[in-house]
Amino acid sequence: MSVSLDQLKAIGKELRKDILRMTTEAGSGHPSSSMSAVEVVAALYFGGFLNFDAKNPKDPNRDRFILSKGHAAPVLYAALAHKGLFPHEELMSLRKLGSRLEGHPNMLRLGGIEASTGSLGQGLSMGVGYALAARLAKNGAHTYVMTGDGELGQGQIWEAAASAGKYGLDNLTCIVDRNGFQQTGSAFDVLNMDPIDGKFAAFGWSTQVINGNDQQEVLDALKRARATRGQPSCIVSLTRKGYGMLNLLATLKDENFHGKPMPAKHLEEALAEVEAGVA
Amino acid sequence: MAGASSSVKSTRPLGKATRDAFGRALESLGESFGSLVVVDADVGNSTRTEWFGNKYPDRFFNVGIAESNQVGVAAGLAAAGHISLVSSFAAFIICNAYDQLRMSVAYPKLNVKVVGSHAGISIGEDGASQMGIEDVGLACSLPGFVVVVPSDEASARAATAAMLAHQGPVYLRVGRPDVPKIYEGDNIPFTLGKANKLADGKDVTIIANGLMVAPALDAAEALAAEGISARVLDMHTIKPIDREALKAAAEETGAIVVAEEHLAHGGLGSVVAMNVAEIKPVPIRYVNIGDQFGESGSPEALIEAYGLTATHVAAAARAAVAAKK
Repeated sequence: MSVSLDQLKAIGKELRKDILRMTTEAGSGHPSSSMSAVEVVAALYFGGFLNFDAKNPKDPNRDRFILSKGHAAPVLYAALAHKGLFPHEELMSLRKLGSRLEGHPNMLRLGGIEASTGSLGQGLSMGVGYALAARLAKNGAHTYVMTGDGELGQGQIWEAAASAGKYGLDNLTCIVDRNGFQQTGSAFDVLNMDPIDGKFAAFGWSTQVINGNDQQEVLDALKRARATRGQPSCIVSLTRKGYGMLNLLATLKDENFHGKPMPAKHLEEALAEVEAGVA
Repeated sequence: MAGASSSVKSTRPLGKATRDAFGRALESLGESFGSLVVVDADVGNSTRTEWFGNKYPDRFFNVGIAESNQVGVAAGLAAAGHISLVSSFAAFIICNAYDQLRMSVAYPKLNVKVVGSHAGISIGEDGASQMGIEDVGLACSLPGFVVVVPSDEASARAATAAMLAHQGPVYLRVGRPDVPKIYEGDNIPFTLGKANKLADGKDVTIIANGLMVAPALDAAEALAAEGISARVLDMHTIKPIDREALKAAAEETGAIVVAEEHLAHGGLGSVVAMNVAEIKPVPIRYVNIGDQFGESGSPEALIEAYGLTATHVAAAARAAVAAKK
């Protein structure tokens, strides 16, 4: 199922273009928060890590991916569409009444969604629950949770981190998408949680810090996480919010670009920058 | 082990605390409900889930004093196919973890059972911080939750079994002190959403749950001596409420008293009033703890001080009957 690095990068471009198109069509959403996470999501779904079959999305022995930063739902929907879980054109129904693709993930509406998220801080606890269940079932399933960096302000994250450490859940990996921004500004200014790796390590986690927009680094980190024994793994994924359209965001003088779609008049420019790739 | 230090006075014989009955039921049902797992927040020896934990250590997870994570972990286990049960003091499991109950349990309709123990003022000496007095109202505000308050040990056992058999989220409220027996034996009538008529009458219906069922029955006896015929309903399920029983109460007795160990706002009284106002408006009077926190004291002294005795229920019934004219 695994693909080459170049193929994975090409998939990443498609995911980014889908994110931009569906949020512009919806007229709302969080494209920049979605685009920072593309390399990790692409690696999980298409790089041979997540044992998830779109034809059997409820397989009890599947691996799980929980998008705890639920506002980045477009990156998850784009990946699930490319997996063949639903028709690609359905992406354009995002946020519309009756759509399975709600503004934040709703596990009742769509198979392949492993947690209904959007109230920040809750996904890692559910991941601990999935990991404990996999241990009871002895099925070897792995659970991946992606949180934001602003999300780490929630105390529940650290309750979950402590409990995962207690049980030595080596079938659990938490990826922190540290894109450096949250709603009102820099995540370093609003509530700086550095050292993030040090905090997880203190709770008994194996930690790595990587460039999360470097596809090869992401693949290598996920491989090490999966091979870790006796403790849960945390990957602090240093990323750029809106990665893939950073030049345009600089032109727009909005580095954060939080919670808004690309205006239609700039959409083609954004898509072109994604297609050209980052030098 | 069990040995509760306090109890509630009544003319009826004393039985075990509802938390004890819940704990024993959980322990014995662990075998027939093989997918049942319990997530504790380090109060298993108070909520009695430790009896299950001692018997099934592989299916018992103490995640520490962290109710938000406790509920989230249980949600993950439920999403993976388990029947998950979380228990702590009612004040903590409901109030501390409310958003987790809302987002991680109610919204995805996961099969999580939430048991709040040490509910109401009857926990006594530990005081207001430990007393869940708003838990029923808050649980009723979680879409899709079934909300149950058993009255004695037999009904707590029956409620525990019914809760585990139900598919979907349930809130079960149990108490700390030993309480009077309402039912005898194990073959008691208990269907979620169906009130138990414990005494029939034509002048007024006393609708009670939990700790207030025994004083409701005692009040009905006192009222009978005065010529007032009181029906008594054990309304163990607040949501979904038994609208048929409410309709019959309003139409056949024309006056209602609602008695509960809870804030006035949001509990059984609110639910009864909302429904009776729609079905057939009749005079309603309320026995509850009003709009205030509890405090330290013996359970008996608190129950008297906060107006939750048979005397208070009887007075409310007289007022409801008088209001019919």
